[in-house]
Amino acid sequence: MTPMVRAESVTKRFGPVEVLKGIDLTVRPGEVACLLGPSGSGKSTFLRCINHLERIDGGQLWVDGELVGYRRHGDKLHELKAREVAVRRRDIGMVFQRFNLFPHLTALGNVIEAPVRVLGIPREQAREQAMRLLDRVGLTERAGNYPSQLSGGQQQRVAIARALAMRPKLMLFDEPTSALDPELVGEVLDVMKGLAADGMTMVVVTHEMGFAREVADQVAFLDGGVVVESGTPTEVLGNPRHDRTRAFLDKVL
Amino acid sequence: MTTDTTAVRVVPVRHYGRWLTALIVFGLAALFLRALFTSPNLEPGTITHYLFKDYVLDGVVTTLWLTLLAMLLGTAGGIVLAVMRLSENPVLRGVSWTFIWVFRGTPLLVQIIFFGFLGALFPRITLTVPFTGTVLFDRPTSVVVTGTVAAVLALSLNEMAYAAEVIRGGILAVDGGQTEAAAALGMSPTLTLRRVVLPQAMRVIIPPMGNETITMLKSTALVSIIAGRDLMTAVQTVYQNNYKVIPLLVVAAIWYLALVSLLSAGQWLIERRFGRGFTRGGVR
Ligand SMILES: Nc1ncnc2c1ncn2[C@@H]1O[C@H](COP(=O)(O)OP(=O)(O)OP(=O)(O)O)[C@@H](O)[C@H]1O
Ligand SMILES: [Mg+2]
Repeated sequence: MTPMVRAESVTKRFGPVEVLKGIDLTVRPGEVACLLGPSGSGKSTFLRCINHLERIDGGQLWVDGELVGYRRHGDKLHELKAREVAVRRRDIGMVFQRFNLFPHLTALGNVIEAPVRVLGIPREQAREQAMRLLDRVGLTERAGNYPSQLSGGQQQRVAIARALAMRPKLMLFDEPTSALDPELVGEVLDVMKGLAADGMTMVVVTHEMGFAREVADQVAFLDGGVVVESGTPTEVLGNPRHDRTRAFLDKVL
Repeated sequence: MTTDTTAVRVVPVRHYGRWLTALIVFGLAALFLRALFTSPNLEPGTITHYLFKDYVLDGVVTTLWLTLLAMLLGTAGGIVLAVMRLSENPVLRGVSWTFIWVFRGTPLLVQIIFFGFLGALFPRITLTVPFTGTVLFDRPTSVVVTGTVAAVLALSLNEMAYAAEVIRGGILAVDGGQTEAAAALGMSPTLTLRRVVLPQAMRVIIPPMGNETITMLKSTALVSIIAGRDLMTAVQTVYQNNYKVIPLLVVAAIWYLALVSLLSAGQWLIERRFGRGFTRGGVR
């Protein structure tokens, strides 16, 4: 089976600083992969490379069998134009630490925006689908509210519904609960657990060890721009082989 | 300890200063109005006589549509220039920068006269199909660029330069996370600009653009120099014949004030529209 995400020696530099120094990672369809690691280790950068918000400088990165950012034509690789990149991103949902909801649209407006404008789905049909999604994240009553009228947890759940409205085959989460008050973390994690149970392929950057242990099929520990070790949660969290992993886990647990 | 307010009398803060300033202001206003109405040159009768004359009303209408047209073209061009200046294409950036440099760097009056006398620089406007010699269009410039066309050209090109900077500021004020979220949803750069960035930039753009509109309304008076048929030209024509300068300037002033008030009301409505979602109370 084609892996959903396959990274081979992916490198990325910002000016003189090499932030990713050869990332290797494979995520199979239906799998949940959690990325752990200290601040500045390159977790967000790697996640953003997967949907081409950042351009990689070296190595290779495939999503569902297609090279990120390139189109194969005969034996040549053509770099994609902005428009073509946008088309590829339709299949990959992303949820941000700071929600990034559109403040000038209601919760419902946020969810139907891309299906209507990008996929050209008729408004009524998009609305029905959006209401089902808002119901799934427990926010039917809040459909008419603007983001500024919602709590952080509610905003993040709208953001998840917004991403799901594009029917993605892969979901990326960048510390989705880090900006939330502790009592609001659970409601967002519950939605994510539901998604995982439904078989969604997910790559999740998180510091929630409980979530990783319970939901992840694979845990990868990043440090200094490389994957130091990866494996099942039991292996990596329960019995880390590397000192750096152990030191990190001692700090967060 | 809590204060029991039922038992004691509550004395609100007394604003003696306000009363004093009000007294002074009313006094000064009364003195000024007396001077005004006892002046033999104000001629209230003349003012009312000309206020609703058909050529004055024509001038009012011209001034209003000249303002609105110049603002419409200016804003549309301003958006294009702003996007060009923020583009990654160095040629577009350069073109936009140069345009803004020229049109902000020279007086509007000079630009108006320049377009009014464009025929002196380019006597004919000719359009040919390249390499064939077929002439599509050939007319004397003075026929194509009439006083009105010159006025619209000068005002809107000038406005584009100022609007571009206002709009660029508005676009830059929108959080970068918004563009990223739109990109992650598969929205193209143009769609993102139209549906996500500009609607949010509007909140920042509208107050200064309201200012621009009011400035524009008054700047239209400058086109009287090239016989622009606006309000100012209308009253000028009258007082050049009857020498009743002051009453006719008051006529113009009354109309400009009325138009500005109208535009301010419009601005309030637009601001309310684009403020949606930005306050906790929010307009549903
Ligand atoms: N646009 C950028 N320009 C320059 N440097 C950047 C940029 N984005 C990230 N970096 C740098 O790259 C490194 C990795 O950043 P990244 O955000 O991927 O880390 P992270 O693992 O997500 O950390 P955190 O847990 O704090 O979110 C950091 O040193 C950061 O300063
Ligand atoms: Mg990060």
